[in-house]
Amino acid sequence: MKKKLLLLIPLVVFFVLAGFFVVGLGLNPREVPSPLIGKPAPTFALPDLNEPEKTVTSKDFLGQVWLFNVWASWCVSCRAEHPLLVAYAKTNEVAIVGLNYKDKPADGKAWLRQYGDPYTVSVIDADGRVGIDYGVYGVPETFLIDKQGIIRYKQIGPITEEAMRKTIIPMIKELKQQ
Amino acid sequence: MIPEIGQFALVLAALLMIVQGTLPLVGASKGISAWMALSRRTAQGAFFFLSLALGCLIYSFIVNDFSVLNVANNSNTKLPVIYRIAASWGSHEGSILMWVFMLGMWSCAVSIFSKHLPEEMTARVLGVMGLVTTGLLFFMLLTSNPFDRIFPVPVEGRDLNPLLQDPGMILHPPMLYMGYVGFSVAFAFAIAALLGGRLDATWARWSRPWTTLAWCFLTVGILIGSWWAYYELGWGGWWFWDPVENASLMPWLVGTALIHSLAVTEKRGTFKVWTVLLAICTFSLSLLGTFLVRSGVLTSVHAFAVDPQRGMFILAFLALVIGGSLALFAFRAPKVGTAGTFKFVSRESALLANNVLLTVACGTVLLGTLYPLFLDALKLGKISVGPPYFEAVFVPLMAPLVFLMGIGAVARWKEATLPDLWARLRWAAVISLVAAVALPFILGRTSPTSVALLALGFAMAFWIITSALAGFFDRVKHVEGSFGEKLKRQPRSFWGMFTAHIGVAVFIIGVTAVKGFEAERDVRMMPGDSVSVGGYSFRFEGLEERRGPNYNATRGTFDLSKDGKSIRKLYPEKRIYFAHGMPMTEAAIDSGIFGDRYVSLGEPINDGQQSWSVRVYHKPFVTWIWGGCILMTLGGLLAITDRRYRVSARRDAAAPVLAPLEAVKLEKA
Repeated sequence: MKKKLLLLIPLVVFFVLAGFFVVGLGLNPREVPSPLIGKPAPTFALPDLNEPEKTVTSKDFLGQVWLFNVWASWCVSCRAEHPLLVAYAKTNEVAIVGLNYKDKPADGKAWLRQYGDPYTVSVIDADGRVGIDYGVYGVPETFLIDKQGIIRYKQIGPITEEAMRKTIIPMIKELKQQ
Repeated sequence: MIPEIGQFALVLAALLMIVQGTLPLVGASKGISAWMALSRRTAQGAFFFLSLALGCLIYSFIVNDFSVLNVANNSNTKLPVIYRIAASWGSHEGSILMWVFMLGMWSCAVSIFSKHLPEEMTARVLGVMGLVTTGLLFFMLLTSNPFDRIFPVPVEGRDLNPLLQDPGMILHPPMLYMGYVGFSVAFAFAIAALLGGRLDATWARWSRPWTTLAWCFLTVGILIGSWWAYYELGWGGWWFWDPVENASLMPWLVGTALIHSLAVTEKRGTFKVWTVLLAICTFSLSLLGTFLVRSGVLTSVHAFAVDPQRGMFILAFLALVIGGSLALFAFRAPKVGTAGTFKFVSRESALLANNVLLTVACGTVLLGTLYPLFLDALKLGKISVGPPYFEAVFVPLMAPLVFLMGIGAVARWKEATLPDLWARLRWAAVISLVAAVALPFILGRTSPTSVALLALGFAMAFWIITSALAGFFDRVKHVEGSFGEKLKRQPRSFWGMFTAHIGVAVFIIGVTAVKGFEAERDVRMMPGDSVSVGGYSFRFEGLEERRGPNYNATRGTFDLSKDGKSIRKLYPEKRIYFAHGMPMTEAAIDSGIFGDRYVSLGEPINDGQQSWSVRVYHKPFVTWIWGGCILMTLGGLLAITDRRYRVSARRDAAAPVLAPLEAVKLEKA
């Protein structure tokens, strides 16, 4: 009998491990809290993608809640989240500012013509300087910024429908009431 | 059209595998030989369709068919053809196809080389492999289809991750997968033995060559991976204890234990239960490795595909395969395990102790790898476990392992005596001790920690070599004839063991020398500057821009010299790949038997004078690390080609002993 119990040990060990894996799958090891959350959004002054002679600055959006979405025409994952943004833009809830990251303006404009333009305004960050300030390490990334210009939330990678519904939209509603 | 053919081939393979995973198993338990015979045909048929599918995927990559999502995400028109082919298995979807393809290849090989096995055994082995393949094919078809289309079709692909655009990466995944997947054969043999209740020396003899071959592939796979990390990541390290590396090391450690345990089961008929458990664990760890890499439960420098949904599927699959086989083990093992006896001082004991040490080593790696996950799951915070942990626990386990390695190869089976062992190994012990004490001082080290480290390393390496030689002279002592004849009379399995053990010694020398004598400098250099490291001087001669097929590179020219004599030029590069905009470091290495001279470009420094941060290393004997792995692999290959497998295969085919099935029939009659 004792021997039989011993032989069960590997099975038990495995199921304990498997239990941890089930929990582990629900967690995101990359969800390192961004050091930027709760900090003022880095300032920028960049040319408008559609009218390059015009300069857009981050200060233009003080006093309103806005989304800052980093995208590029060469980015395939951006294509995945794009319909979500286009649909959300129709609600006119908040300003969506696009950072056209390390891209050629002509490519970026063509891309928006093809897939639709959800952005209130897009700015050109051809050499990725502003991207560095925002700690961008993968495109797309999206920041939610409040009326005081503080970063409240950061989405790494494409916005999923779930993230939009469960996190971003409720947060926007809350921030707008403040 | 071609991708659809590939997709269709996958579906057909899946259907064949459902048949292979069911009918032969039922046939084997009910004694229906037509159903059992089916397994060979399905295995070969499925392999044909899997090859076709892989061929279609490679074709889609070669012709830049960006309507296939997988191609659009991982290839580019500017990507050289050879990397387009390699990109077929560079993506998550492609790598799973590769996995399944290799599983099909191993099944097919078993179906061809199993003519001398009892029909029932073959049916069970192939049936188990069929079940595993079915699971993976469904995983692929349902969650990671490599042939998914995309519309609208992109004009240009995203390009292969630049890290993977490297000759080492063309070979690394196939080799590693051959190893991982190859252990499925040992696993299937073990499950078949549990199902059939037949677990004897013959069983061990059948599984041994398969296991050793898989182990050889895994060794080469890990070796190439380590070498790649060494020259491609630009940090000069050869092992980072990264979760993905650990995932490949764990099956290797347990697989090594399995090889040795199988030897005991074959020669002495003992350790049966233990061997079966190891066979199950080795393949389970291979599956676990795939899960860890593919599910994103852990972060890693290698993290490629991350998708919790896929993770859930693999996890369910793992629970079925591993949980199911361990449950089978718990209930059936008592029936097969009648152990022979052996004394405390014997070869069996030494091998058993080594087995335990290897398993414990694997356990510590597993613990270290999963510890961050455990803490996170228990809400105790996010941490990462680094090399200090692994080095602190791994080295103390390796020292007794190496000590027993020497004894195990020399000690007699069943019962050995200490005086006899001492008589045979005293010279080995004396030489190793002298070398351990003297060498660090001869090589000019005086600080206590570095002397201790070198002494330990040299003691281990010399102990392996001298004890292997002692074992060798012991064997040839009683052989008649000239020295050449004495050598010839030794079976290849002996040479296999000898070579592999020497390989371990060579590996240890490499690790010790690199740890003890490497020199590195991280400096800022302008063209014309010189820096010297480990007696070598590197002179920065200048920079030029170079254009590659899908990247722009800044190439530095360095003149490597020793004692004022120029040896050669080195050209490290910093590349920016067009599609990703990702900077990549290409180190330049002057490699030799006695070590490497390594230079890599860091970052340009904005001071208007073209200066760069540059890293230079001198790594004595670093090549021995990989050389040791190559020797271990050669040893494994020698053991597989041993005469007794060839002879026994022929003998079994000519005059089959009573297969259990017939024996059962006779009993009933």
